[in-house]
Amino acid sequence: MIGFWTLFKKEILRFWKVLLQTVAAPILTAFLYLLIFSHVLEAHVQVYPGVGYTAFLMPGLVMMSLLQNAFANSSSSLIQSKITGNIVFVLLPPLSYMEFFLAYMLAALVRGLVIGAGVLVVGLFFTEMQLRHPLWILAFALVSGTVFACVGMVAGIWAEKFDHLAGVQNFAIMPLTFLSGVFYSIHSLPAFWQGVSHFNPVFYMIDGFRYGFFGVADVDPWLGLAVVAPTALASSLLTLWMLRSGYKLRH
Amino acid sequence: MIPAVSIRGLEKVFPRVQALRGVDLEIGQGEFFALLGPNGAGKTTLISILAGLARATAGKAEVMGHDVVRDYRQARRQLGVVPQELVFDPFFTVREALLFQAGYFGLRRDDAWIDELLAHLGLTDKADTNMRRLSGGMKRRVLVAQALVHRPPVIVLDEPTAGVDVELRQSLWAFIRQLNAQGHTILLTTHYLEEAQTLCQRVAMLKEGRIVALDSTANLLRARYERRLELELEGDLPAFLQPRLKGREGARYLLDLPDYADLEGILAGLRQAGVGVRDLSVGQPDLEDVFIKVMREAAP
Repeated sequence: MIGFWTLFKKEILRFWKVLLQTVAAPILTAFLYLLIFSHVLEAHVQVYPGVGYTAFLMPGLVMMSLLQNAFANSSSSLIQSKITGNIVFVLLPPLSYMEFFLAYMLAALVRGLVIGAGVLVVGLFFTEMQLRHPLWILAFALVSGTVFACVGMVAGIWAEKFDHLAGVQNFAIMPLTFLSGVFYSIHSLPAFWQGVSHFNPVFYMIDGFRYGFFGVADVDPWLGLAVVAPTALASSLLTLWMLRSGYKLRH
Repeated sequence: MIPAVSIRGLEKVFPRVQALRGVDLEIGQGEFFALLGPNGAGKTTLISILAGLARATAGKAEVMGHDVVRDYRQARRQLGVVPQELVFDPFFTVREALLFQAGYFGLRRDDAWIDELLAHLGLTDKADTNMRRLSGGMKRRVLVAQALVHRPPVIVLDEPTAGVDVELRQSLWAFIRQLNAQGHTILLTTHYLEEAQTLCQRVAMLKEGRIVALDSTANLLRARYERRLELELEGDLPAFLQPRLKGREGARYLLDLPDYADLEGILAGLRQAGVGVRDLSVGQPDLEDVFIKVMREAAP
């Protein structure tokens, strides 16, 4: 257990020591989105009755920031260690692959949650928020964050240079998060793209999360959980399998 | 007694190259052992397999009786590795790096031991300095400290003195010798053969993934070293010495001298022939010469 705690603590300190780039910067980005979109669209768009556009946007932005940063934490930590070679410091000790997995995954989840909470707090300066079902909010935050923390680990282990990682970020993570209903309800999309959105797990993450705030959403939160929870399980198993086999870490 | 390191039939095939072709090796507890070989001979691959950084294609390796794959947690606790590359974590100070390393090995905070390590390696006043700000030599010392933080009985040093200044080299070896005297087993790879010669009791030479020489340093020098007598003469080389002639440069002759006892006869013969000796020296046994000879003779 000491091994796990030490690695977890190291992973937390790694981003905590550069708080400005790892936490403050993503919160500022979300703040800019809020500033612009709430100013431009508040008067024109209403997705759910009684819910202003800024309020509607908030859960999406919080979740998007949470997911992107959970991914960024585990993936950048691993690729940096691989490229600078200091990954040996965690490969030489008798850490089990489960300890390794939990430490990286939970630290990434913590960063996601800290930033998500930060965005939410900033958002409260713009609009009032309802909190209809806090348990759903928490459940979707944890399970969805787990998925992206794991995907970050998979990408970090797989990537051999920063380019590879940037590729995943730009061509998978960004489209999946942007095309998930962060800024709109998918009901406002043409039928075809509505159908496509249903294959995007991030859509269920954001929709379920939003349900927790307003008590209304595009799909039933249980259906969302039935999609997101198995995704979290599958991505965890994939990560564990990679660590156990030593894929790209132990040659 | 369980050997410190036991390797049997070890093979490692990389996609484009076979790094190890069936290596058998046993290193006893308390030995100071050198693993020598040219670049690409498989030294680092062998160490990586011992440390769990690489996986063998065939064969098995044990550290203090623990299989490095099946019983990896025990095997890794017994082993401290100083890697060849100068790696460091730029986010942390020297002390933090050592505390983390101890924690990864499941050890509770032990500042006394860390302070002792820092003192031995001349790092005390750098304890709270960020790793980024250290010179190369200082970073190397931290790597040594990191490898020792869990007090491993077996210590592997992969070219620890590459690019290290003389002073650090001396103090590093004094410290490693002290650890060896306390019972730690030392496995060393190096390109500086005079280091291996003065430090190590036993030597293995590796070429293209195979062990081509394995013996005590003394035996290797005795069996493989060709002693030379260098003479500067006041006249021509007498005929009776012609069969020994190995080289000549002006009045300086290089003669074969397999046995010190021959020296007396040679000098007596020279006196009889009336040839004066201006200068004389006998070459000292040198592991570097043995190494070159072994590498040349070893079948590919």
